[in-house]
Amino acid sequence: MTALLLTLLAPGAGAIILALVPSVRVGSFLNIGICLFGLAASLGLAFGVLGSGPLGGTEFYVDAFNVYLIALTAFVGFTTSIFSRTYMAHEVSTGRVTPRRMRLYHSSFQGFLFTMLLALSTNNLGILWVSLEGATLATVLLVSLYRTPESIEAAWKYFILCGVGIAQALFGTVLVYLAAAHVIPDADQALHWTVLQQHSAELDPGVMSIAFVFLLVGYGTKVGLVPLHNWLPDAHSEGPTPMSAVLSGLLLNVALYAIVRVKMLTEGALGAAGSGLGEITGQLMMGFGLISFIVAGLFLHRQRDIKRLYSYSSIEHMGLMTFAFGLGGPLATFGALLHMTVHSLTKSAIFVAVGHASQIAGTQVMEHIRGLIRTQPAVGWGLLVGTLAIAGFPPFGVFISEFLLLTATMKSAPWLALPLLSGLAVAFAGLFRYLQPMVFGAQPAGQTAVKSSIVPVAVHLLIVLWLGLSIPLVLANWFDQATQLIAGVGLL
Amino acid sequence: MQQYFDLPLIEQAILTLAAMILATSLALLAQSRVVATIRLFAWQGVFLAVITALVAIDTGEPHLLISALLTLSLKAAFIPWLLVRQARSLNLLKESDAAIRPGLILLMAGALVVFCYNIVQPIEVLAASVTRNAVALSLAVVMLSMLMLITRRKAVTQVVAFMALENGLFFAAVTTTQGMPLVVELGIAFDVMVAAVIFGVFFFHIRDSIGSLDIEQLVRLSEHSE
Repeated sequence: MTALLLTLLAPGAGAIILALVPSVRVGSFLNIGICLFGLAASLGLAFGVLGSGPLGGTEFYVDAFNVYLIALTAFVGFTTSIFSRTYMAHEVSTGRVTPRRMRLYHSSFQGFLFTMLLALSTNNLGILWVSLEGATLATVLLVSLYRTPESIEAAWKYFILCGVGIAQALFGTVLVYLAAAHVIPDADQALHWTVLQQHSAELDPGVMSIAFVFLLVGYGTKVGLVPLHNWLPDAHSEGPTPMSAVLSGLLLNVALYAIVRVKMLTEGALGAAGSGLGEITGQLMMGFGLISFIVAGLFLHRQRDIKRLYSYSSIEHMGLMTFAFGLGGPLATFGALLHMTVHSLTKSAIFVAVGHASQIAGTQVMEHIRGLIRTQPAVGWGLLVGTLAIAGFPPFGVFISEFLLLTATMKSAPWLALPLLSGLAVAFAGLFRYLQPMVFGAQPAGQTAVKSSIVPVAVHLLIVLWLGLSIPLVLANWFDQATQLIAGVGLL
Repeated sequence: MQQYFDLPLIEQAILTLAAMILATSLALLAQSRVVATIRLFAWQGVFLAVITALVAIDTGEPHLLISALLTLSLKAAFIPWLLVRQARSLNLLKESDAAIRPGLILLMAGALVVFCYNIVQPIEVLAASVTRNAVALSLAVVMLSMLMLITRRKAVTQVVAFMALENGLFFAAVTTTQGMPLVVELGIAFDVMVAAVIFGVFFFHIRDSIGSLDIEQLVRLSEHSE
C-alpha cells in the first residue's frame, strides 16, 4: 500500500513542485528525478502484487492486469523525461518555447502521469472517468504549447472532441451505477470495480448493454478508434514530441484498459442472461478495432508530416489490440497484453527518434527530412530499427504479439485473418515508402547533428527485441495472471 | 396525463422542472445572440440545482444537497460569470452566432427527443415513470447539446454547448440514481471547473492566433487540405 501511495504521490506532488521551479535546467532534472522515484515505487508495487496477490479493494485496487500497466506507465514516463530534457532544451534555445512556459510544460507532464496512474490504480469506475478527463485537461495546454495557429486548432479539436467523447462514457458510467444500485445495497460501493465484478451476473442486461455502447464510444474516442480518431493525429503532430511519446505510449493504453474492464462487467451481465448475448460486446470491439486498423493503415499512405505518420500507426495498433480483446480467449488476450507492452515501448522510442529527426531537419515535413543516417547515425538507426520493430519484423516483440493474434484469429474467426494480413501489409508499405529516403537519402547541405538522448530509444528497442527472442518467465507468468483475470483461463 | 397527476406533488415538480431543462436546451439551440445564450445556460443551471435539491428532499439523501449547492455555484453562477466576463473583454457580448438553417435544426432536435424516448423504452429497471422520463430527457439534453456543438461557429457558444452537455450528464445522474457517490461528484465538479478555466485561457489564444473567435477559420489541419 505504501508503494502504491508513493507511486501516486510522486507525480502528484511533482506537478505542484515543478510549477514553482523557475529554472528550466533545474526543472528538467527534477522532472527526471521525480519520474525515477515514481518508477522505483511502482516496481516495488509490482513485485509486491506479483508475490502476494491483488492489493487494496476499497478505493484502490491493484491486480495483475493493471499493475503491469502501472509499471509500464512509470517506465515510459521516466525514459521520456530523459528525452524531454535534451529535446526541450533545444526548443528553448531556438526560442520556440519561453522558460515560463517550460514550467507549465513540466507541471503538465507530471500532472498527466498522475492522472494515468490514478486511472490505472483506482477501484472506482467514477474516479476512472474523472482521471481520464483529467488527462485531457492536463495535456490540452501542452498541445498548444508552441502557440502557432495550427497548434491552437489541434488543441481546441482535442479538447472538444475528447470532451464530448468522454462525456458519453460518463453517461455510460451513470447507467452502470443505475444497474448496480438495484443489486448492491451500499451506494458508496456500487461503483467499486471489485464489488461490481462479484455481482456482475446479477446486473440488468438491458441497462448494461446500453451502458457498454456509451462507454465503448466514450473511451473509444480516447483510444483513437475510427471514426472518433480525428483529434489524435492533430494533437500528436502539433504538440511537443515528448508529449506525443507519452500520449501514444500511455494514454491510449489506459483508455483501452478502461474499455476492457467494462467489457468484463458487461459480459458477466449479458452472459448470465443467456441467449448468446454475451458475444455482442466482443463483436462490437472487433468491428471497431478492425475498421480502425484498416482505415489507419490506408491513411498512412497519404501523410506528409512525420509525426502524423506515426500517430496513424498508433491508431492502427490500437485498433489491432481492441480487435484482439474483442476476440477474447486466452491466446488473443495474451497477445493483446503483450502487444500493449511492445507497442508502447516501440512507439515512444520512435517518437524520441522522430523528435530528434525533426530537430535535425528543422521541419516535420517528410519531404525535407533526408539523410539522417549520415548526419547523425544514432538517430537514423533509431528511427530505422524502431520502424522495423513497429512494422512487425521478426525478431522484435511486435512480431510475436501479432503472430499470436493472427493464430488466435485463425482459430476462432479464420475469415478475419485475411483483412488482418492485408492490413498489416498495407501498413508496412505505408511506413517504408517514407522511411527509406528519410534515413538513407542524400543529406542536405549544412545539416548538422543536434544534442540528443538516444539511450531511451536503445533501451526500449532492446527490451522489445528481448521480448521477441524470449519472454522472461517472470513476465510470462505476469501476463498469464492478467490473461486469467480477463479471459477466465490462462495460456500457460 | 393520468399518471402524472397520480404522482406525489414533489415528483410532479421534478418532472415539470425536467421538462423546463429540455425547454432551455431547445431555446439554446434556437438562440443566436451570445449574451442570451449564456443567460439561458445560467437558467438551465438554476433549474438543475432546484431539481437536485428536490430529489434530495424526496429521497432523503443529504449529500445531494451538497451537489445542489455545488451546481448552483458552479453552473448557475461561476461559469456564466466567467463566460460573460471574457466575452465582454473580447467584445463578443453583442455578437450573434446564427446557425445556418435554424428551422431544420429544430426539427432535427424534435426527432432526437423522440429517438431518446425510444432508446430508453425497453429498459425494465426503469419501470417507474419518473426515472424513465428523466433518463429520456437527460439523454435528450445530451444529444441536443451535441447538436448545438456542431452547428455553432463561435468558440464561446461552443463552450456553452459543451457545458450544457455536462448539465445533461449531471441531470441523468441526479434523477436516475440520486447522484453519484460523493467522491465521484466532487471529482467531476473539479474537472468541470478546470475545464472552464482552460477554455477561458483558450479564448485568448485563439483570438491572438487567428484574430477572431470564429472556429470556422480553424481548418488548417485536415487530411484534405494537404
